[in-house]
Amino acid sequence: MVSEHITSSEERPLTRDEASRARERQFWLSLYEQMLTIRLFEEQVNELYMSAKMPGLAHLYSGEEAVAVGVCAALRRDDYITSTHRGHGHCLAKGAAVDRMFAELLGKQPGYCRGKGGSMHIADQESGNLGANAIVGGSAGIATGAALSCKRRGSGQVVVCFFGDGALGQGLLYEAMNMAALWQLPVIYVCENNLYNEYTPNSETTAGDMLARPRAFGIHTEEVDGQDVRAVYAAAVRLVERARRGEGPAYLHCNTYRFYGHHVGDIQRSYYRSREEEEWWKAQRDPLKLLGSWLREQGLAEDSHFAEIERRVRALIEAGVRFALEAPYPDPQEVAQHVYA
Amino acid sequence: MSMPSASSTASAPQAPAGWREITLGQAIREALAEEMRRDSRVLLLGEDVAEAGTPFKVLSGLVEEFGAERVIDTPISEAGFTGIGVGLAMTGMRPVVDIMFGDFLTLAMDQIVNQAAKVHYMSGGKLKVPLVVRTTLGATRRSAAQHSQSLHAWFSHIPGLKVVLPSTPYDAKGLLKTAIRDDNPVLFFEDKMMYQLRGLVPEGEYTIPFGVADIKREGSDLTIVATSSMVQVALAAATELEQLGISAEVIDPRTTSPLDKQTLIESAKKTSRVIVVDEGYQSYGVTAEIAAVISEGAFYYLDAPVKRLGALDVPVPFSPVLEDLTVPTPAAVVEMAKTLCGRV
Repeated sequence: MVSEHITSSEERPLTRDEASRARERQFWLSLYEQMLTIRLFEEQVNELYMSAKMPGLAHLYSGEEAVAVGVCAALRRDDYITSTHRGHGHCLAKGAAVDRMFAELLGKQPGYCRGKGGSMHIADQESGNLGANAIVGGSAGIATGAALSCKRRGSGQVVVCFFGDGALGQGLLYEAMNMAALWQLPVIYVCENNLYNEYTPNSETTAGDMLARPRAFGIHTEEVDGQDVRAVYAAAVRLVERARRGEGPAYLHCNTYRFYGHHVGDIQRSYYRSREEEEWWKAQRDPLKLLGSWLREQGLAEDSHFAEIERRVRALIEAGVRFALEAPYPDPQEVAQHVYA
Repeated sequence: MSMPSASSTASAPQAPAGWREITLGQAIREALAEEMRRDSRVLLLGEDVAEAGTPFKVLSGLVEEFGAERVIDTPISEAGFTGIGVGLAMTGMRPVVDIMFGDFLTLAMDQIVNQAAKVHYMSGGKLKVPLVVRTTLGATRRSAAQHSQSLHAWFSHIPGLKVVLPSTPYDAKGLLKTAIRDDNPVLFFEDKMMYQLRGLVPEGEYTIPFGVADIKREGSDLTIVATSSMVQVALAAATELEQLGISAEVIDPRTTSPLDKQTLIESAKKTSRVIVVDEGYQSYGVTAEIAAVISEGAFYYLDAPVKRLGALDVPVPFSPVLEDLTVPTPAAVVEMAKTLCGRV
């Protein structure tokens, strides 16, 4: 992601400081670009839903981009992730392509799952994505098993299990964490605490201290501002490195917020959260704005950088949507294919 | 390779060269050990599978040979370790998960039905789940309602899963080796009352393909389709029926998914009368599906509706006098066969 050979427009070689600054700029701008890609991807998904071009529903990741991007930036391509029903951000951050993502969402043949998985089941072996999962907490066992596989094979890979605060209500998560701790597996449980279990505030569903739960298993636990991609990335690097060194599982609690409702059709939300609350998060805690401001303050980037990125991302999204809309639907014979390997 | 004629239930005279008599439990252990020697990706996990060798002692000796890294004792967390099995299978290993009592499959249903069975299809054929779930079925062990059920019909209902029901040591070994080599999730049901059943098994390597029924006994007047330990019940009934001049053919599908419809239908066309015996609950069960397959495939050849005999539709009771009333017996099969053949 970060180029090894950076030269300035001037003829003289860069000083060490300048080179390191250029690398820093390039790294954080690439994370900004990934977050913006997810943001604009999700806005387009909402559009496709509103204009009735997309079958079914989708659970948008907008607002939570810093978690997926910050964590996946700490991973190798061959590291594994498992994702959730709100998974578009994880898939993109781990390396999925926008066009095949859109194609899957529209149920088209060139989609990542040949149109058979849809929004909630995108899997991409090439980028280490073992699949989004529409059962809340459903991938805790799969992620932990993948980690046992990594350890058994001595592959040096690590696994990230993404889930939301709603999954804290599922017993499977605790069964899996218990075994990960017993067997010191290279798995990082990343909780995206967006405050709501679907339509219910987690204060009504989750007793005690959330962080005390992984700690009870002796799992190394950290809490981070999930809107600050720099903080998420720094924590993820720490946890991934210790997992790769064989120091066992970790739990990363990311405090975040979903800008849309539980899914695209969840428009009337006032019975569970206020408009003021939503506006506050969007105005004060938008991960794109936070990173953008920091880059400007540090003098690492200016308006022209952001304009250029936005132009590029919009072109990517537009091309992806066009690709998906024009792509063929699966052949009817596909219906009975791949039931068995 | 075909089974020598000596029946597993008959007192086999002299085993043919290269064959020996072992128990079904030993056959299972041999299959696991051979596959673990052949393929380092195969590993076992479950409750009390290592030093304890499971309560049925089927796995005794394996941890000594393969070590605790490949024979893994888990906490009592069926959902968790089954899910771990799914994740292992998706990432290059070939796990065999042990669910001690089939009744405990209920705790792992999401991982088997929503995850393992669907991953290959949902991913458009990219991800595979070569997972074996070994478990038990069968009543009459005086273990009451939560340790005695035969729940294989549930899994036979789910596309993406394969379901295996061995009835002899020979079948158990060959089918388990096939299960471990299969790239799909396979539910392997062992009747816990059959672990001591003895039968002939060859010394060398062999496998038995899925979806191929086995004619355990040839006959001409009546077909008895039976699964798992009900094959032994059917064979006992057939011996009695022979005394009455009724020639019964006994067919064991060996796998309910995939199901060898052709062999069942051909036999029904030959005999014109069919009884289906299975230890799962009769309602909405394996007997219903097989009866429907035969009725559709051999309708014009049948002299009577296909009859079914499953477990009584009650939770399995503890008291032996009650429990014994819930499972099909040779006597019940004989009575049904006599009625079907107009001998009452």
